[in-house]
Amino acid sequence: MAELGAGSLLLGDPAFNYQEAELNERLKRLYPAVNEDETPLPRSWSPKDKYSYIGLSQNNLRVHYKGHGKNHKDAASVRATHPIPAACGIYYFEVKIVSKGLDFLSSLLPLSPIPGWDKHSYGYHGDDGHSFCSSGTGQPYGPTFTTGDVIGCCVNLINNTCFYTKNGISLGVAFTDLPPNLYPTVGLQTPGEIVDANFGQQPFVFDIEDYMSEWRAKIHGMIARFPIGERLGEWQAVLQNMVSTYLVHHGYCATATAFARATETLIQEDQTSIKNRQRIQKLVLAGRVGEAIEATQQLYPGLLEHNPNLLFMLKCRQFVEMVNGTDSEVRCFSVRSPKSQDSYPGSPSLSPRHGATNPNLHSAGADSPTCSNGVTPPNKNKSHNKYPGVSSASSSSSSSPSSVNYSESNSTDSTKSQPHSGTSNQEETSDSEMEIEAEHYTNGVAENPSARIMNGTYKHQEILQAQDISLGNGVAEDSCASRQLCGGNQAATERMIQFGRELQGLNEQLCREYGKNVTHKKMLQDAFSLLAYSDPWNCPVGQQLDPMQRENICSALNSAILESQNLPKQPPLMLALGQATECVQLMARVRSGSCSFARVDNFLH
Amino acid sequence: MACLLEAPLRISVLSEVTATSRHYVDRLFHPDPQKVLQGVIDMKNAVIGNNKQKANLIVLGAVPRLLYLLQQGLSSSELKTEVLGSELRTEVLGSELRTEVLGSELRTEGAVVLRTEVLGSELRTEGVVVLGSELRTECVVLLGSELRTEGAVVLRTECVVVLGSLAMGTENNIKSLVDCHIIPALLQGLVCPDLIFIEACLRCLRTVFISPVTPVQLLYTDPTVIPHLMSLLSRSPRTQDYITQIFSHCCKTPEHQTVLFNHGAIQNIAPMLISLSYKVRMQALKCFSVLAYENTQVSMTLVNVLVDGDLLSQVFVRMLQRDLPIEMQLTAAKCLTYMCRAGAIRTDDRCIVLKTLPCLVRMCSKERLLEERVEGAETLAYLMEPDVELQRIASVTDHLVAMLADYFKYPSSVSAITDIKRLDHDLKHAHELRQAAFKLYASLGSNDEDIRKKITETENMMDRIVSGLSESSIKVRLAAVRCLHSLSRSVQQLRTSFHDHAVWKPLMKLLQNAPDEVLVMASSTLCNLLLEFSPSKEPILESGVVELLCSLTQSDSPALRVNGIWALMNMAFQADQKVKGEIVRALGTEQLFRLLSDPDTNVLMKTLGLLRNLLSTRPHIDQIMSSHGKQIMQAVTLILEGEHSIEVKEQTLCILANIADGNTAKELIMTNDDILQKIKYYMGHSNAKLQLAATFCISNLIWNEEGSEADAMTGCQERQDKLRELGFVDILHKLTQALDPNLCERAKTAMQHYLA
Repeated sequence: MAELGAGSLLLGDPAFNYQEAELNERLKRLYPAVNEDETPLPRSWSPKDKYSYIGLSQNNLRVHYKGHGKNHKDAASVRATHPIPAACGIYYFEVKIVSKGLDFLSSLLPLSPIPGWDKHSYGYHGDDGHSFCSSGTGQPYGPTFTTGDVIGCCVNLINNTCFYTKNGISLGVAFTDLPPNLYPTVGLQTPGEIVDANFGQQPFVFDIEDYMSEWRAKIHGMIARFPIGERLGEWQAVLQNMVSTYLVHHGYCATATAFARATETLIQEDQTSIKNRQRIQKLVLAGRVGEAIEATQQLYPGLLEHNPNLLFMLKCRQFVEMVNGTDSEVRCFSVRSPKSQDSYPGSPSLSPRHGATNPNLHSAGADSPTCSNGVTPPNKNKSHNKYPGVSSASSSSSSSPSSVNYSESNSTDSTKSQPHSGTSNQEETSDSEMEIEAEHYTNGVAENPSARIMNGTYKHQEILQAQDISLGNGVAEDSCASRQLCGGNQAATERMIQFGRELQGLNEQLCREYGKNVTHKKMLQDAFSLLAYSDPWNCPVGQQLDPMQRENICSALNSAILESQNLPKQPPLMLALGQATECVQLMARVRSGSCSFARVDNFLH
Repeated sequence: MACLLEAPLRISVLSEVTATSRHYVDRLFHPDPQKVLQGVIDMKNAVIGNNKQKANLIVLGAVPRLLYLLQQGLSSSELKTEVLGSELRTEVLGSELRTEVLGSELRTEGAVVLRTEVLGSELRTEGVVVLGSELRTECVVLLGSELRTEGAVVLRTECVVVLGSLAMGTENNIKSLVDCHIIPALLQGLVCPDLIFIEACLRCLRTVFISPVTPVQLLYTDPTVIPHLMSLLSRSPRTQDYITQIFSHCCKTPEHQTVLFNHGAIQNIAPMLISLSYKVRMQALKCFSVLAYENTQVSMTLVNVLVDGDLLSQVFVRMLQRDLPIEMQLTAAKCLTYMCRAGAIRTDDRCIVLKTLPCLVRMCSKERLLEERVEGAETLAYLMEPDVELQRIASVTDHLVAMLADYFKYPSSVSAITDIKRLDHDLKHAHELRQAAFKLYASLGSNDEDIRKKITETENMMDRIVSGLSESSIKVRLAAVRCLHSLSRSVQQLRTSFHDHAVWKPLMKLLQNAPDEVLVMASSTLCNLLLEFSPSKEPILESGVVELLCSLTQSDSPALRVNGIWALMNMAFQADQKVKGEIVRALGTEQLFRLLSDPDTNVLMKTLGLLRNLLSTRPHIDQIMSSHGKQIMQAVTLILEGEHSIEVKEQTLCILANIADGNTAKELIMTNDDILQKIKYYMGHSNAKLQLAATFCISNLIWNEEGSEADAMTGCQERQDKLRELGFVDILHKLTQALDPNLCERAKTAMQHYLA
């Protein structure tokens, strides 16, 4: 595009780059709702959409007239590179009259001989101060303007009006019922006329942000006062249900129970079911996908058989985790402490919003929905024991936590290497193991021991510190030398190759049964590609090894389980949030300007 | 109680009502302190939101009793010492209790006080006995219950709450309360250390002081009150809220402003502008707007005040932000306006041009409440009154001129039919809206011709002014005539719209019988309408305005005298003989000469101007001089001899020159050696203007009329001879060498006539 050309010309100019950065920042601040990939904002005059009498310079921001200027037929105009996106809500640009010539015409809208004189074209003319709306006859509107004046044009896409400003003073509404897709336009008619545009490159003379703030307040007020009708009285119940289902969905069992007791509401799903899901999720998030599959098959027989796609995804992930050296099938071969591999940097919770981008966020933001970790400061541990809900959770789920902890440090996989007398016993053990897993994450994140509150086990500070140290060692190891394929173990590698073949087989089987699946093929290819590199972590497909990648599959599995239990696969809270966000985006697409001030973000704190 | 509507039943019902209310009052006299407290609390619940009940209780004398309970409690410390000091300490009081009672904590001692107080003054000795025997248990009971912590403060606080509630009623209620000396009692209560009680007192005081029936002076009678209130500002957000409200409502005069200023109001209140509480911020802002109004001292101090590192003007500008409540924007704009008018902020400052002015224009928009639109328009009018640039900016901002036309659309036809409540509301504000719009138009059009044109071109504008001039509300009439006056400065408007709409008619009517402030504006407008080029001049003359104007010249107000004589002056300009004769006759020479010795220079100047206009064209000069020559010459002599400004003397010499232009009138000067000597003196004066005027005079005297009769010729010769004798020729000769080209030219012409 035009501005790109201009930009490359001046690439070396630091002043220009600085201006560009300032422009981007200002546009972002003024029009946060605009998605520039879909609807780019005007940033300069278009060298294509202009009359030949118009000359452009200074990064296509300065316009000068080079025609004869004898009569109206000699008038010429230029429009901006893009129309004004509706998602701006309120759009504003300014033009400075550098040199006046004989008269000057400024306007909005598509190309026309004189802006304001053609159909669907609007303008404010400098020589007589009249406004022109889709016709050649003007209406008295404002004062005249001349050299040195700064004329601004504000399009309000909420009520489809427009007003102009002169030297920072609003001249009042000029047009109503404006059509959509207006272009900032300027028209000149006299030799010697020069005008400079400001699409946000510089601070505006008129305080547009103040004007916007008024409309933001108006729209927020409208939302706040929106009549709800008879359901008004049920607000509390609705909100409580939202919170409760969210907690249950993500398996925050203890919190959900406590919440239910405090609000005297009921949880639909039963406790064991929640705990089972929680366990499986944790396994996936810890990278122990093999165990997760096993547990799922055990607890929800038939689930994976009926979801071959999900099973395939899980298996693929399992293969990736094998490469990573985290899956239990290869971990049993490893000599290293499993903890170091468990140092999943995120939280065990499946954060719906941004857990993936900043692992520290959860521990920092106390009001984040992942209340199981990092919410309670360490020094309040004891007070939590007062709550019966928490202690009951602990009694039901934990065996002696410290001993399990030690067994963990012995680098043996309890589920694999120790014989188990019965299912119930195994459940117990693995359950308590899960608790420890949880601790690793939290310790890894912010040394915040509060995770055990959620799980209800109590440990001494020293143990935690010991863990921290071992964890620290593990991480250090991790970062320098030890990131080897399958943890560097030969037997494990062989097991991995073997598993790869099985996976290949599964794919072929699925192909036979359900026909070719491009997604599966791609998934498989990506996974196998890891083996082609000596350092899989630093290769083009190394992204797969990132523990963050576990979240998607984890939530897919969680949703599948919930669906199989006839429960909603999405918590209503997330559904509502998603709907609201989508609704606002839809508003932008159907050109409802108010979307820019009704952003969901504004209501999430 | 609803049946009060029935007129015949009214009295009996009322007595019934008072009877039911009586027991509330009776309980205040109960010997048991608990019962009294309960009585006060019941009373509190009974009066909330019930104006009839409030009135009843006031009639039944609850107020003095409440005040008594309040004050008894207040003098607690004395009582305590008295009672405890004598018998109690030595007598039965248990040691532990006594220590408690003697302890400095007021709450505890309050319990005892409550007891004593409730026992009543006449029971005091008995009370002591009771105290001696029963007090212990009584006190324990009191202390044991929740009263232990609150003590008598509870009762006192409840009393004040009830009083505050009574004050929330009608204006009559407040009058009764003020008559019972509630204000000193409550102010006294502020000395108490208990915050809850202080807040209750302040809340009640606030309610009383914001009422228009309360004399604000009561706040200033005790000089210790203001400093004490200032010191209470730091106690809590509530005290801040109430105290600033009291200040805002009690600051009515420059003296009040000075008192508050001298007690550090600015420093004490400024930090409240960034308080967390919106209420407090808002009240502080209001307080500043009242303090700064037309007060240079306060305004100049305000601009230099820093609040949390920011200049106060910046803090105010932040409060203009559009997403803030309108009340805050409007009040902040007022503060900035007052500071600007006091000269503390320049009129071209960005915060005025780009912030305050646009904000005030926004306040005039249709979206705002009627009250806000009135205040906005009035403040804007005040802001730009002296500054043409602000007037120009405002005239193009947001279609202000057209927006103001909406001010005349209340009550609208819609509201009249559909909604009685709305109609009532509109009617109430209609006058206010109209006068505010007129004021703003007046301010807008006071200097710029283009703006005046824009205003007169606004739909039905002239008709609205014309009807405004005869409205019942004085405020509207005054504002309308101000608007008319502002527009009458335009030559074009005088020639066109003023004549088309015959504005002189309602204006003349307005002049008949109006208060001085209206008269000043109206007569000033009339001056412009009587200008020679004004087509309204003729009809006004015919309407017999002369008598009216002459009566104005006898007014006590200098402004009215000036306007009266000014209008006569304009009227006499190039008028025909009949008009001039009428003016002289109506005014009377006596009044004319009285005006010539008027202490107001403006009056003197305009009177001389009138004389000059009267003495123009030869036949008029001769005629007037023949009838009033002697007096006029006397007056002229007097002024030339007196201590007057150059302008006055110049004007007087011009009158002489006019007289010298007459045929027969000339002789009045020629025969008056004294005057001739004076003319000679002024010809040699150091001021060129006076020299020129005097030379003019001589020039007229020696004028040789071409083709005139021999008689006149001889007269001319005689005059020339006489003047030569007196040495005028030499002076004229000298003046031909003068530096001033006009003077030089004039002297040369005169010399030529001499030679001819």
